[in-house]
Amino acid sequence: MKKETDDKNAFERVQIARDAERPYTNDLLETIFSDFQEIHGDRRYADDPAVVCGFAKIDDYEVAVIGQQKGRDINSRRHRNFAMPKPEGYRKALRMMKLAEKFGRPVITLIDTPGAYPGIDAEERGQAEAIAFNLREMANLKVPTIVVVLGEGGSGGALAIGVGDRVLMLENSVYSVITPEGCAAILWKDAAQAPRAAESLKLTAANLLDLGLVDEIVTESEDWKIDASTSQSGGEVDNSKFEKAANELKKAILQNLKQLEKMPFEKRMDERYKKFRNMGKFIC
Amino acid sequence: MSWFRRKDPKLEGQTTDEERKVKTEGIFVKCPECSEPLYKADLKESQQVCTNCDYHFRFSARDRLATLFDDGEFELLDEEVSSADPLDFVDSKPYKDRIEQAKKSSGLPEAIISGKGRVGGHTVFAGAMDMSFIGGSMGSAVGEKITRLIERALHENGAVVIFAASGGARMQEGTLSLMQMAKISAALAKLHEAGLPFISVLTDPTTGGVTASFAMLGDVNIGEPKALIGFAGPRVIEQTIRQKLPKGFQRSEFLLEHGMLDMVVDRREMRQTIIRTLNFMMNDATVRRKK
Repeated sequence: MKKETDDKNAFERVQIARDAERPYTNDLLETIFSDFQEIHGDRRYADDPAVVCGFAKIDDYEVAVIGQQKGRDINSRRHRNFAMPKPEGYRKALRMMKLAEKFGRPVITLIDTPGAYPGIDAEERGQAEAIAFNLREMANLKVPTIVVVLGEGGSGGALAIGVGDRVLMLENSVYSVITPEGCAAILWKDAAQAPRAAESLKLTAANLLDLGLVDEIVTESEDWKIDASTSQSGGEVDNSKFEKAANELKKAILQNLKQLEKMPFEKRMDERYKKFRNMGKFIC
Repeated sequence: MSWFRRKDPKLEGQTTDEERKVKTEGIFVKCPECSEPLYKADLKESQQVCTNCDYHFRFSARDRLATLFDDGEFELLDEEVSSADPLDFVDSKPYKDRIEQAKKSSGLPEAIISGKGRVGGHTVFAGAMDMSFIGGSMGSAVGEKITRLIERALHENGAVVIFAASGGARMQEGTLSLMQMAKISAALAKLHEAGLPFISVLTDPTTGGVTASFAMLGDVNIGEPKALIGFAGPRVIEQTIRQKLPKGFQRSEFLLEHGMLDMVVDRREMRQTIIRTLNFMMNDATVRRKK
C-alpha cells in the first residue's frame, strides 16, 4: 500500500478518475479476467448497457463480475448512458449477485459511475427503490464480495453495487456523496468552486482510507491507462503495458479472495456487518 | 360654552395606529393550497392538516412521535448522539456553526429524534426526521441513531416505524454520510431476517440518499398526501433532461400509481393505519421465529 501521497490535489484526481484513457470495466474483463460470458436483462423491464454483468475467471476462480461501463466515443457513451445506470441496471446487477449466491461463486464489482441516472423514466421505475434494495441484499449476500472503485464513485449510484466484504480503491479513483460540481453549485452557488468542493469533500482514496470507509488502496503505475486515440480510430490497441499495470489490481483481488475463502462463513458475515456498522463519526 | 362637558379625555390620540389594528397575526394561518384562513388552534387539532382542503402542512418530529404512540407517551432514545465535524467542513459558514445554529433554531438535538413506546399495544421503536434541522439531512449521527433504533428493535422484538423527511445525505460529512445508507440498510437486513416489521412513512419531502436507502425498504411504504418523494430532486432532473417536469411528478399519488408506495394516508388516519398494519405483522410467530 506504499504510495506517494499529496502529489496530486483532490480535483486533479477527480479529473484523472474521469479521463477517457482511464481503464473501464471492459478493459479489465479483457486483461485480468478471462472467459467472460456476459448476461443481460433484469427480467422485469429491460437490459441496461450502463451495467455489465457476467461470469468470468480470474486465475482459477470462477467469479461473477458486475461493473459500470463508460464509453470512449460519442456513440458508445450514449449507448452506455455515460455509465449512469437506471433501475434495470441495478436490478440486473442484483440478479447476477443472486446467481452467484445460488452457485456459490464470489462476486467482484467494479465501480465507475458519475451517479445513478436522474431522469423521468428512472424515477418512474423506482430508481431509489432499486438502489435501496441492492444495499439491503448486498449486506446479506452469502458469498464473498469484493468491491473495486475503478474511477468515479458517484454517490448512491456507486454504493448500490458497493457493499462488500472488502472495498478496494484505485489510487486515483474518487468516491463521494455528491460530485464536486454539484456540491459547489449548492453550497457556494457557483460550480466553478468545484476544486474547493473536491478538497472539502475528502473524496480521495487516501482520505477515505483514513476515515475507515475503504479497506485498501491499489497503486497505479504510469501505465494504468488505455490508449484511447488508437481504440477510437479502430486501430489495433497494444495492451501489453496496461496488462502489466493491471497486474497490481489482479494481485490485490486474488489476495483478498484467498483470505475471504478461508474465513468461516459466520465470521465473514459478521465482519462485513461490523465494518459498515462502524462507519461514521459523531458525538455521543 | 358647550351644553355638555367632557368628563374623560379624548380617546383619539391615546392609542397609536399600530395598537388599533385587530390582532389576528399568529392566530390565523392561510392555507397555501386553498387560501382559506385557518384558525391556528383548529389546525393544531387537525394535526396541521387544512380543515378545508386537506393540505398537509409540515409537521414537527416531536408532534409525529406524540401523535403516533399510545396516549402520546414514549421514552426518548439516544439523545446524546449528535453531529461532529469530522471533515472540518466550511462552506458559507463552518459546519460546526451550522450545527449549533440548527440546534438552536429547531430546538432539536439532531435531524431525527427517536423513541420507544407502544402503538396499539405493540412495542414500537420509532424515529421522526425534521426538515428544520439542516434540511433533515442524514449525516453520521442520523445514521447512528437509526441504526441503534433498529438494533434495539431486534434486541427487544419490537417493530420499527420511521417518518422520513429529508433532502438526502448531508454534504458536509462527505462520504461518511453516503455510507450511512449502507449501514442502515445492513441493519434493516437483519431486522428483515428476524421477521420483524419495518413501516416506512415518507413525508414531504423525502429525496436523495434517504429515499434510496431505508425509506424505500419498508415492509410497507406509506406516503403522506402530495408529499414530494424521489431519488433525484426535480431541479436536477430538469437540468438533465432540459425540460419542465409534468404536474404531480414525484408526488405520493404518482409513486402509488407506479407501484412504489403501498398507500397514501391522510395524517389524521396515520396512527390507526399503522396499528392495523402492526396487528397483521406483530404476532406470536414473529417472536417465535426470533427465538
